[in-house]
Amino acid sequence: MTEQATLTRSDFQSDQEVRWCPGCGDYAILKAVQDVFPTLGIPKEKFVIVSGIGCSSRFPYYMDTYGFHTIHGRAPAIATGLKVSRPDLEVWVVTGDGDALSIGGNHLIHALRRNVGLKIMLFNNRIYGLTKGQYSPTSEVGKRTSSTPYGSIDAPFNPLAIALGAGASFVARGVDVFLPHLKSILQRASAHQGTAFVEIYQNCNIFNDGAFQAVTSKEHRKADVIYLEHGQPVTFGDDRELGIQMDGAQLKVVELGDGLTADDCLVWDETDRNLAWAMAQMEAPAFPTPIGILRSVERPSFESQVVAQIQHEIDIKGSGSLDELVRSGDTWTVT
Amino acid sequence: MTTPAVSDSVSERQHEKLHDVVIRFAGDSGDGMQLTGTQFTNTSAVLGNDLSTLPDFPAEIRAPAGTLPGVSAFQVRIADYDIHTPGDVPDVLVAMNPAALKTNLGDLVPNGIVILNVNEFNKRNLGKAHYDVDPREDGSLEGFRLFEVELTRLTLEALQELELDNRSRGRCKNFFALGMVYWMYSRPLDNTIEYLYKKFAKKPILAEANEKALRAGYNYCDITGAFQVRYEVEPAQLEPGLYRNINGNSALALGFVAASRRSGLPLFLGSYPITPASSVLHELAKYKQYNVTTFQAEDEIAAVCAAIGASFGGSLAITSTSGPGIALKSEGMNLALMTELPLVVINVQRAGPSTGMPTKTEQSDLLQVMFGRNGEAPMPVIAPSSPADCFFAALEASRMAVHHMVPVILISDGYLANGSEPWRLPSVEDLPDLTVDFYGGENTDPEVGFLPYRRSSETLARPWAVPGTPGLEHRIGGLEKQDGTGNVSYDPENHEHMTRLRAEKVERIANTIPELEVVGDEDAELLVVGWGSTLGAITGAVNLARRQGYKVARTHFRHIHPLPRNTEEVLRQFPNVLMPELNTGQMAMLLRSHFLIDVQTYSKVQGKPFTRSEILDRIVEMLET
Ligand code: SF4
Repeated sequence: MTEQATLTRSDFQSDQEVRWCPGCGDYAILKAVQDVFPTLGIPKEKFVIVSGIGCSSRFPYYMDTYGFHTIHGRAPAIATGLKVSRPDLEVWVVTGDGDALSIGGNHLIHALRRNVGLKIMLFNNRIYGLTKGQYSPTSEVGKRTSSTPYGSIDAPFNPLAIALGAGASFVARGVDVFLPHLKSILQRASAHQGTAFVEIYQNCNIFNDGAFQAVTSKEHRKADVIYLEHGQPVTFGDDRELGIQMDGAQLKVVELGDGLTADDCLVWDETDRNLAWAMAQMEAPAFPTPIGILRSVERPSFESQVVAQIQHEIDIKGSGSLDELVRSGDTWTVT
Repeated sequence: MTTPAVSDSVSERQHEKLHDVVIRFAGDSGDGMQLTGTQFTNTSAVLGNDLSTLPDFPAEIRAPAGTLPGVSAFQVRIADYDIHTPGDVPDVLVAMNPAALKTNLGDLVPNGIVILNVNEFNKRNLGKAHYDVDPREDGSLEGFRLFEVELTRLTLEALQELELDNRSRGRCKNFFALGMVYWMYSRPLDNTIEYLYKKFAKKPILAEANEKALRAGYNYCDITGAFQVRYEVEPAQLEPGLYRNINGNSALALGFVAASRRSGLPLFLGSYPITPASSVLHELAKYKQYNVTTFQAEDEIAAVCAAIGASFGGSLAITSTSGPGIALKSEGMNLALMTELPLVVINVQRAGPSTGMPTKTEQSDLLQVMFGRNGEAPMPVIAPSSPADCFFAALEASRMAVHHMVPVILISDGYLANGSEPWRLPSVEDLPDLTVDFYGGENTDPEVGFLPYRRSSETLARPWAVPGTPGLEHRIGGLEKQDGTGNVSYDPENHEHMTRLRAEKVERIANTIPELEVVGDEDAELLVVGWGSTLGAITGAVNLARRQGYKVARTHFRHIHPLPRNTEEVLRQFPNVLMPELNTGQMAMLLRSHFLIDVQTYSKVQGKPFTRSEILDRIVEMLET
């Protein structure tokens, strides 16, 4: 295994020409992943990237790992079968807001509730890109698109809230253009046992440019973004002049100063489900946007339990003889 | 174990030998008729009779007690010779209530035996069965040999001493009825008693109660002289060997465990509960010690997709369902086809479109599994022809999948799934060798690198290179592939090439499957052709026709796609070809369009299997006109 120590970014670059639109947020995420994978101490051949359908789902072709570009919405199901039967593999799922939350919603929530050891990156650009710009399940109400010329009337999903509601053991949010932050999240996701769900704000500069202005623009990226850190008081703002406090079951923004300090703010605890839930509700423009790790708790992975159950049966009964199995039940001899 | 003492009176009664008999146990779904029938079957199996069974479940789990939709029945035919069907018409009907009588009497043979539990023939139950007049009083039972027995009261009396509530006592009445039938057909009780003590090991009082009821029923016949005749059915002359009784879904499950062992691949089943396929999942879920992983998915789509994921990872991957599930899985099946991964898709067919009649049998998904996918999407199709054949069909489907790198469809049906027959157990060493060698990078041209779609010149199969193998990192997916490299390709010539190649790959499987066999008269005027579960009824009908002097032959398709190499030659050999099918003529349509041969359809779509006599009548009709 001396080889893994020497893995570099270029080991994970495939020979395929990358075909996303110039300026697409996917490029940054691809770079983040190619930077992170060599640092994980995992042999290259153990990586498998499984994707569904959509712009983001072209991802596996650009990674020189094992890869499976599957069908619309089904990547978590295919990845589940792979991970359960091959727990030794490092399985990453790449999906989008349409793929994971619309056509594939069922598979996503069930992977999360089972806690299959998958790393799921949901590229959220709040639009359908590949099919040319229809509104998606995360598009805001009122959005005018090719399929909603008079504005969308669908209430959008909140991906973090869905993951938390499905019982996910690891829930995080990153942003395409915040590269070092995104990489640190992906590293934590890889280390997590069980499903790691990472929503990544991804700009589609063709059909939904600037969808995350409220987070990524110079004026907002400090002023209106909360960088969650476990064990640290939750403060934000250009000069960290703002903080978050509990207000009943909800969170509120407070101005620091006047005797109010960071010590009076909520201390972030990524194991507290109620906090994660309350934090997930904070949405721009009324509130600052939280990014980082909302929740991370230990829960046995699905595949480890599947393997343990099989091993237990083998331990107590021995690894079965086919001959005996065929001959079990009431038998009789004809002479 | 001993059977009850045989009283003197018995020897005075008339003994009659029968070659075969068909018995139907019918009652409310809470009356335990499936269990009663199964016990009679198992005991007869151990006695060495040939047998065939036909369970008939109500659609509802527990319809209101005593009503017509709540009737559950189990038909078993036992014989002293080789039989092929569970019998056309019952000789004996055990009816536990008026509803059971009403729904089953019409099938009974003239002068057949009817055993009634008269305690249930009260006004209320007659009303529930929509009888205006008690059928015992309006002459509708004339022409049958009627035995009115106070089954409930006699059972309660027999169990008086036991510390049980009346309700639990009453529930043993099916074993009283079973005891009576055991006496009538000279069966020993020990097999069933042994079963009871195993089943109720934790509640021995229930074992005791049921044993008492069983013995009471037996003794009742012995002592009362209710029946003047006692029958015997001698063992059948079956091929020597070790046998067990098996139904189709259990045989499928065993077959896939065998395929896993013979291929050296771990077995992975992705499945979602659906009638009548669920018991494949139940059976395989028990076999963890055989390194079997069963995954009950969130839906049919996830079930096939998880199996595809496992196949990519190097498992023997299968998914089990029925027609509605196939509809949902079709996109996933096409992904396996496009990525050329091995997969077995099991369709245990049920009747009708949409939800249809889930508990009833039919063969109407044939064209669905052949063509029900977008694009040109050929897949091999294999259809087991009897419950025990499901075991071998599972092995054969697995062989095609892993050696030819294709998704394969195994199409069974409700009749095979739940029906059972004696199975002569194969010796494990004689089972086909399905060894698989994953590609490890041998003969890779370092200049070109690994080509995931480079093919075997013989089978056209691509290499199976599983994740975790250093140096073989590659990407697959549902987009059209360039042959060789497996890269995404929109090249028009390549698409046509790949379309034909995927078809050719399936066609070449024909080189590895047996030819059709013709049984019967070489100079037959009529060839009766079947596929799948109709084998038993067709065999029985053709044998009868030939005994009556008609010149008939038969052949049977187990492989439906690709067809056996000699198909056309066989069909052209006979002036007339008849294809009985439990659909409106789907296989006939395939054969006609393939060969321009006038295959005549005999169609039945009632949710019920063919009887021998239906097919016999059609044969005679065709030959007499
Ligand atoms: S359409 Fe949007 S999401 Fe898709 S590649 Fe182009 S910029 Fe990226």
